Amino acid sequence: MKTDELIGLLGASFEREPVGAPWMTRRLALAVAVGATAALCLALAFLGLRPGLTEVRPLLFLAFKFSFAAAVGSLALRYLVRAVRPGGESRVHLGVAALPFLVVAALACVSLLMAPTEHWHGMVSGHTWLECLISIPVIAVVPFAVVTWAVRRFGAPTDLVRAGALVGLSAGAVSALGYSLHCMDDTVPFVAVWYGGTIAMCTLVGALLGPRLLRW
Amino acid sequence: MLQVEEELRALLIASLAGSAADYRRFLGRLGSHLRAYYKGKLARSGRTDTEAEDLVQETLMVIHVRRHTYDVTQPVTPWIHAIARYKLIDHFRRTRTAAADVPVEDAGVLVARDDHVAAESSLDVERLLAHLPPKMRNAILSTKVEGLSAAEAAERAGMSETAIKVSVHRGLKTLANLVGGKAR
Repeated sequence: MKTDELIGLLGASFEREPVGAPWMTRRLALAVAVGATAALCLALAFLGLRPGLTEVRPLLFLAFKFSFAAAVGSLALRYLVRAVRPGGESRVHLGVAALPFLVVAALACVSLLMAPTEHWHGMVSGHTWLECLISIPVIAVVPFAVVTWAVRRFGAPTDLVRAGALVGLSAGAVSALGYSLHCMDDTVPFVAVWYGGTIAMCTLVGALLGPRLLRW
Repeated sequence: MLQVEEELRALLIASLAGSAADYRRFLGRLGSHLRAYYKGKLARSGRTDTEAEDLVQETLMVIHVRRHTYDVTQPVTPWIHAIARYKLIDHFRRTRTAAADVPVEDAGVLVARDDHVAAESSLDVERLLAHLPPKMRNAILSTKVEGLSAAEAAERAGMSETAIKVSVHRGLKTLANLVGGKAR
């Protein structure tokens, strides 16, 4: 086929409906929201809601975990919508996406310094570190699949490692959001190590899988 | 450079807003830019212009299908370049693995290139033949490589027809052992 013929063909198959700029952003945001809903449902169905939510301290910590996960998730989404556009990777700043981690790590250091040394071990590993270590990555599989599908369907990333990392980051964040409904370890260092660590793990896995899964 | 950017950007934005005529003009301009890009890149690695044209068409199609990935607040040339480069890398990767992974429907193409393959493998046979005694080597060369009959080969070598046949038989056996030994 001659290229001119192809151009004629493509020009003829052009739909007149205008395509707005927020079109793709909306679709990716929807995918992350669907992933978050799935993560919340999975956590409630298989792990159950934590007790004691009528008291102040558990509520405060639930809010703290929620805001950490939400901050990570919204930064991930912000950069994901850039990374899925061809050439958009130059406007992705993974350092900024890491800011919530740094803030929580700093808060964890402060809370450790204010506590006696013999409490440190209990504050960091809590009662359920193993459950957290397993649950967040396992729950993240569902939002990861949903967001990956959306990126393949609507996007065209040209830096597949970075795009994959951001898919993993957003999946890990919404998974942590769901898990926080169940998690009963209420210390800042626990959140910093086990939430931060598992979300970082999801990011790494996403970066490794990106070149295979996101090719177009 | 700046002029191209402005022209393409105006055309694409008008297209995305729903103007089919601007879209056709955009694709036309885009086609010639892509052709220049791919010809330059492929010529450097010794590829043909047909391949460049294939890539131009593939990229045009991809841009058509994924045109909504363009962010109207950003310049358009980096967007086009990123897609063109991605498709070029993809093409290099695919054509490099094509030698190891040939689909069934390409069998005809392989048969058409039979000559080339024969020339390459004959080099290997000659290297193997060098391991044989001269009598066996000559017998095999004249009957199996040059295609003479046993009688013609016998006449040329000044040997009996039976001697030629025996030499060929023993020579091939030795060759088979040599090849088998290499494989193991």
